Amino acid sequence: MNRIAEQYLRQETLPMIFCPGCGDGTVLGAFLRAVDEMKISDQLALVGGIGCSGWMPVYVNADAIHTLHGRAIPVGIGLKVTRPERKVVVFTGDGDAIGIGGNHFIHAARRNVDLTVVMINNSIYGMTGGQMAPTTPSGATTQTSPYGNPEQPFDACRLAEAAGATYVARWTAGHPRQLVKAFKEAIDHPGFAFIEVVTQCPVQAGRYIKGGMDAPEFLADIRKSVVPVAQAERMTPEELAGKTRIGLLHRSQRPELTQQLAAIRGGEKR
Amino acid sequence: MSEDGRTVRIIQGNEATVEGAIAAGCRFFAGYPITPASEIAELMSRRLPRVGGTFLQMEDEIASINAVIGATWGGAKACTASSGPGISLMQEGVGYAAETETPCVIINVMRGGPSTGQPTLSSQQDVYQARYGGHGDFEIIALAPSSAQEAYDLTIKAFNLAEEFRVPVYVLSDEIVGHTRERVVMGGKLEVLERVAPSKDGYKPFAAGPDGLLRGMPAFNDGYRLLVEGQHHDERGIRAGDDIDKSATLVQRLNDKVRQNIDRIVDIERIDLDDAEVAIVCYGSTARPAMEAVQTARSKGIKAGALRLRAIWPFPDAVLSELADHTKTLIVPEMNIGKLVLEVQRTAGGRATVVGLPRLGGALHTPEEIESAIIDAVKGGKAQ
Repeated sequence: MNRIAEQYLRQETLPMIFCPGCGDGTVLGAFLRAVDEMKISDQLALVGGIGCSGWMPVYVNADAIHTLHGRAIPVGIGLKVTRPERKVVVFTGDGDAIGIGGNHFIHAARRNVDLTVVMINNSIYGMTGGQMAPTTPSGATTQTSPYGNPEQPFDACRLAEAAGATYVARWTAGHPRQLVKAFKEAIDHPGFAFIEVVTQCPVQAGRYIKGGMDAPEFLADIRKSVVPVAQAERMTPEELAGKTRIGLLHRSQRPELTQQLAAIRGGEKR
Repeated sequence: MSEDGRTVRIIQGNEATVEGAIAAGCRFFAGYPITPASEIAELMSRRLPRVGGTFLQMEDEIASINAVIGATWGGAKACTASSGPGISLMQEGVGYAAETETPCVIINVMRGGPSTGQPTLSSQQDVYQARYGGHGDFEIIALAPSSAQEAYDLTIKAFNLAEEFRVPVYVLSDEIVGHTRERVVMGGKLEVLERVAPSKDGYKPFAAGPDGLLRGMPAFNDGYRLLVEGQHHDERGIRAGDDIDKSATLVQRLNDKVRQNIDRIVDIERIDLDDAEVAIVCYGSTARPAMEAVQTARSKGIKAGALRLRAIWPFPDAVLSELADHTKTLIVPEMNIGKLVLEVQRTAGGRATVVGLPRLGGALHTPEEIESAIIDAVKGGKAQ
């Protein structure tokens, strides 16, 4: 076992539940490399929601809580405000974060509370067997959209930015090195930091949405569909149609919740 | 303030609840405005920052209970308060707190339901919700104050029980208790259970002692490397939902740790029961007219008494069973369709006549109404 895995995985929780070819392992690997470089494992408070991605904290040798479906963010807020020096990282999926937990997601962004929220987007409900998600493309067939998805999908990054997130980035499971950098930036960022990671899900999305794509084909398909932000700026709306922008999409500074609460507690604001 | 550090104030029950929580060491509150519980959030927002605590107004009650769970593992004693629909929204979180043995306090200032029902009037319709509101098998503890003083005292006790039993504890207040202003003695020498950090030596966070209880309460980022798991788990916190024996063991213990230690929870007041032929079994605000009815009946020479339950869950089976052995009639006035009366019937087992006195609509029973039920019972009157 490699050093990072040996040092940072909670061995007694292995093997992981992820299907063969799943992108979640890549994301977890990138996260652990960031943690190793930052030397912050003692300060970590990891929170997982429900769904495949919610299992990630369970495998990490750090304080972790595996919460209810959609409720990881409020649990993370409770952890953060009770000891602001801890580094709270929430692992969530597209259904968890912007389906059932959508209200918590936008309000956490509005509060600019210093959390790092990592949303794995596989564009489907994987663990329950391949049902339509709020990120499923229009027209796509799934187990609950047999005649094609009649709805429009969310762009989680635009949603996060509009709601007030102060760090927003999107990468894919095909960008592990960029992900390490993004994790470090997001954890260091004093405010609500959101990273969407578009991942291949060969077992569910590959089967139902992509017509039977295996993992390498799926990852290649994702890589073809994304455009780095700098490049996107030079492209016309026609050229950008159907493309997803990746990279650092937004970064700003504004008052952060735990600092505001400390000022109230300290009497400066009473 | 008196010499022994006690203060006396005229405050409403909701304020007494807040003061009780803070006295018990509560340093985190998350809530969402709702009638008739809003004053609790309002006062927490003023009071908590002044004692080094944190108040958060969340986007809904689901977020509130989950923030409370996070804050508890974060190292703070924490609570939330709501009513009616808000308590309904919290149910999955209460179940999660029970499964993960997260100590926390939920204050329900009961109002009339179902649904948005009766926001501004009182009820006791949620007594079964407190006990059975979440899916799955688990036990909680519920305390029911009858006065502003008890809103203070029982809120402190609720925090202590939450810590001792590592369970969610309800304070089942109601609109009448919450909004009645009366004399409350606060402070002085209080019994407060401080949270103790467990030893790290060979520590298994979910390994119970012989009484089924977990020892102490650890916090995140104190070197325990905790794993808190909402699925069934083993003593280390590692998922064991597919292990039939471990799953059964955990669920059995989550129930037994409350049931088998009921002697440490039972909290009752006996009024004139020694020679009573008729006893009122009451709790919460309906105990107020019940007490007056018992007094009046006694003044007329009727052998009436009352058993007042301050802890209604776990239900004190042994106490009621003993009472049924010595009393002819048990009368249960409740501001609901008739709920705890079913528990009284169960425990009486036909050895005493049990008469329900349910009341809907939001108005409290009058003492005369209860007295008249006592007189009916003495005349050998109606049984239900």
